[in-house]
Amino acid sequence: MTDETRAFAGGARGGPPHEARAHHTGEAHHHHTHALNSRHPGHHHLLQVEGLSVAFEGYESGAPFFKARRAFVPVLHDVSIGVHEGEMLAVVGASGAGKSILAEAIMGVATQGERIEGRIWFDGEAQDEAGLRRLRSTEIAFIPQSVSCLDPLMRVGEQVRGVPRGKGRARREDAARRLERQRELFARYRLGEEVERLYPHELSGGMARRVLLCCALVDEPRLIIADEPTPGLDLALARAALHDFRSFADGGGAIMLITHDIELALAVADRVAVFHDGTVVEETSVASFASPELLRHPFSRELWHALPEHDFAVTSKTVR
Amino acid sequence: MLVVVVSFVVFLLVDLSPVDPVQANVGQAASLSMSEAKRAQLEAYWGVGEPLLERYGNWLWGLLHGDLGTSLRFDEPVAQVIAERAGASFALLSIAWVGSGLLGFVLGVVAGMAHRRWPDRLIRGWCFAMTSIPSFWLALIALMVFAVALGWFPIGFATPVGVAQADVTWADVAHHLALPAICLTLVGVAPVALHTREKVIEFEAGEVADFCRLRGEGPWQGFWRHGLRNVALPAITLQCASVGEIFGGAVLVEEVFSYPGLGQAAVTAGLGSDVCLLAGIAVVTSLLVFGGNFAADVLYGVVDPRMRSARGAAGASKEGPLASLVDRPEDYDVPNASTGEVGRGGTV
Amino acid sequence: MVAPFDMARERSPHAPVIVAPSAHALPSRRADLARVLALGAALVLLLALGAALAPAAQEADFLAKNLPPSLAHPFGTDWMGRDMLCRTVAGLSLSASLGLLAALAAAGLSLILGCVAALGGPAADALVSGAIDVVMGLPHIVLLILVSFAFGKGFVGVVLAIALTEWPRLARVVRSEMLQCRGSDYVFAARRLGQGPVRVAMRHLVPYVLPQFVVGLVLLFPHAIIHEASLTFLGFGLPPEVPAIGSILSESMAYLSTGAWWLVALPGAALVLCVLAFDMLGRSLARLATRGGAL
Repeated sequence: MTDETRAFAGGARGGPPHEARAHHTGEAHHHHTHALNSRHPGHHHLLQVEGLSVAFEGYESGAPFFKARRAFVPVLHDVSIGVHEGEMLAVVGASGAGKSILAEAIMGVATQGERIEGRIWFDGEAQDEAGLRRLRSTEIAFIPQSVSCLDPLMRVGEQVRGVPRGKGRARREDAARRLERQRELFARYRLGEEVERLYPHELSGGMARRVLLCCALVDEPRLIIADEPTPGLDLALARAALHDFRSFADGGGAIMLITHDIELALAVADRVAVFHDGTVVEETSVASFASPELLRHPFSRELWHALPEHDFAVTSKTVR
Repeated sequence: MLVVVVSFVVFLLVDLSPVDPVQANVGQAASLSMSEAKRAQLEAYWGVGEPLLERYGNWLWGLLHGDLGTSLRFDEPVAQVIAERAGASFALLSIAWVGSGLLGFVLGVVAGMAHRRWPDRLIRGWCFAMTSIPSFWLALIALMVFAVALGWFPIGFATPVGVAQADVTWADVAHHLALPAICLTLVGVAPVALHTREKVIEFEAGEVADFCRLRGEGPWQGFWRHGLRNVALPAITLQCASVGEIFGGAVLVEEVFSYPGLGQAAVTAGLGSDVCLLAGIAVVTSLLVFGGNFAADVLYGVVDPRMRSARGAAGASKEGPLASLVDRPEDYDVPNASTGEVGRGGTV
Repeated sequence: MVAPFDMARERSPHAPVIVAPSAHALPSRRADLARVLALGAALVLLLALGAALAPAAQEADFLAKNLPPSLAHPFGTDWMGRDMLCRTVAGLSLSASLGLLAALAAAGLSLILGCVAALGGPAADALVSGAIDVVMGLPHIVLLILVSFAFGKGFVGVVLAIALTEWPRLARVVRSEMLQCRGSDYVFAARRLGQGPVRVAMRHLVPYVLPQFVVGLVLLFPHAIIHEASLTFLGFGLPPEVPAIGSILSESMAYLSTGAWWLVALPGAALVLCVLAFDMLGRSLARLATRGGAL
């Protein structure tokens, strides 16, 4: 354990917290700089990930066909990232760089032949696979990229409500609560009552977006991880979606927004984690993108140069 | 349309046969001794000397009027033979069809959910073994063990030998039906189970199941809520489409058990050069297959909301070329090495 | 002031595993190769043994009639005192070679029709898919009986019956692979570069379709063998005097009630093993051909 992680773990156990003092915007800590909205209630991050590595089983590359053994091929390595309450963190990286894998790994969901290693704390408590599974149904919600994640054969309302918890009477009460909550959310997000009875393929792009958001909000989570929520939406809808996220964060929740769109990230997020070559190379406040001198990693500076207002100085390696 | 083409092919094949229809129809001895009038009548029926298409037209015309000719072996109108036989076969086929469908579906779900763990290995191994076992051998072994050695079941036939038709009880019928039905069910389980298993694995690797897990639903919870209906649809479709295969098994099983069904009649007709009966059975079974496929299509249209709103859109389950070739599930998923997203979307 | 970027930021060593896969997600290529070689060798051995044992299989010894399995006769003897092991191996090898022949014929047919469908324009495509529908429109066994009835029972009838009923699946594979390959960029590029159609076919189409075709061919073997055995068992296939595995089993059926279990159980089990071996061979080949890209 490095000094840093030990210090962090100490904080998590309630020992002398290293985050006891207030942070200032731009101040460096835990490999990252803070933003105005970043808060540390309870003296810890809402979500803290340290040394997260993800590998998939593959054949050794370079070896002759029949000699190639099966080995774990790393896809993400040594990712450290933290999300505070009240803030919106954008994870920015090229398409296909493994950002979606990162999101699922943080939530402890692995596919066949996938190995996840690392340390994850939520609200100051270290989590294992079982802990993450509990969190998935209560504290952390995921918003997928597209409506194709919904069951094509089930009506939207029932899917938004999800599975009631508990047994017997408690289960019935939870089901009733979910129904009420779903109606309330639909009303809030301008989804008509008839939408409940539609099937996913009958939803328009904007409706689908809001339905997925409702899915996430039914359980009243504290952290929402959203995977590329805006592609395919027109500008007004994209803005509306991001406005919804913003109000969730302002209400004390936290958002981890995964996107390939640096402009979008800078427009709405409080902080940006730059994802490159299978890891987070830099986690910094949006304010740091005011000038390349404030950015530490060469790739972040490339991103800065790639912004339209900075004359596309490095066009060969733009993120998009 | 398809049925017409199939019936033409059937007629063509029967017609190609080197046996003289008249002689074959009445047998060597009878052919010599029968009267000129009878011979002329038969020749007229078979249209000896007429062109193929005309004969086919006549046959098809008769077919449409329910006249399938007269069976030589049973000396009755073919339609009547088929109707009698179909009754016995119907019980056998429907039990095997429903039984293998249910059992296969359950086994496939269990195997798919336990992907690569021991229940999966066990069920998959058993299914591969079952697909390698000829159904007639399975029937022979069952007959040998349960009927000959243990004496639990009768050795054959649909009713007790030497008992008048009126005295046969339902218990007798069930007793005679049991062993062939069990054999036929076991034969039919493997394809459904393997297909279901593959669909379950596909579902579990797909976005919908992923989202269920990300919402904190347990594996069985997610499957019960979403997987079941998504997987049941292709399974029922396959089962509808496999009516023909079940019938194929029935031919062999009925032959072993001397069970007087349609399958046994087909074998008798083929061996005895009973052309009318063979052609009739072929047409009837092709209708059976057609009916199965039609039912599957209708079912899809009724159950799947996507098909309901957008009829005629591309089929819901597009399978890769190898999926149709290896009619059994792939043992392993493919890593999609060309993109950075290893392991995603790499299902075959 | 921002600290300079530190490339060698310390890794956290020995991060605990959160989720680990419980089983391999990929097959072992070496194990598959070993399986293909071993099963291939076993099947060649079976064919050779069958040819060598054919005379012994006909030897009748009326002093050793209806013997149950023993050391001298591991599979027992039949009512003519013939050694059942010899008969089984000879019959199996005959059935297997017949199955191979029929599968090859079916594969040839499917290759031709698949190519015609893929390259012959929409009319040819519709015709071939119509033919597939017709073949699929009858229960397999009924069609087998019809074809062998049409062409006369016996050797030619069986091979034709199997070839004519087994081709559709592989033809579909050939067609779709061909279409996929023809639509690919590099074939397009090769054509634009002025390469002739024959050259394009030899250099691009054949190497692309061949692996799938070979796998499909091998996977036809088990089907062909089972169908040959079934047809012969029913009496539509080879004549009863030929010691094919189907006729052995059909003869044995008559002795079932006498308790001569070995006449049915052992040759049948050998048939099942043989079919399983072909099946396993095909699946191992399929894994090798589909997973690792270029073989």
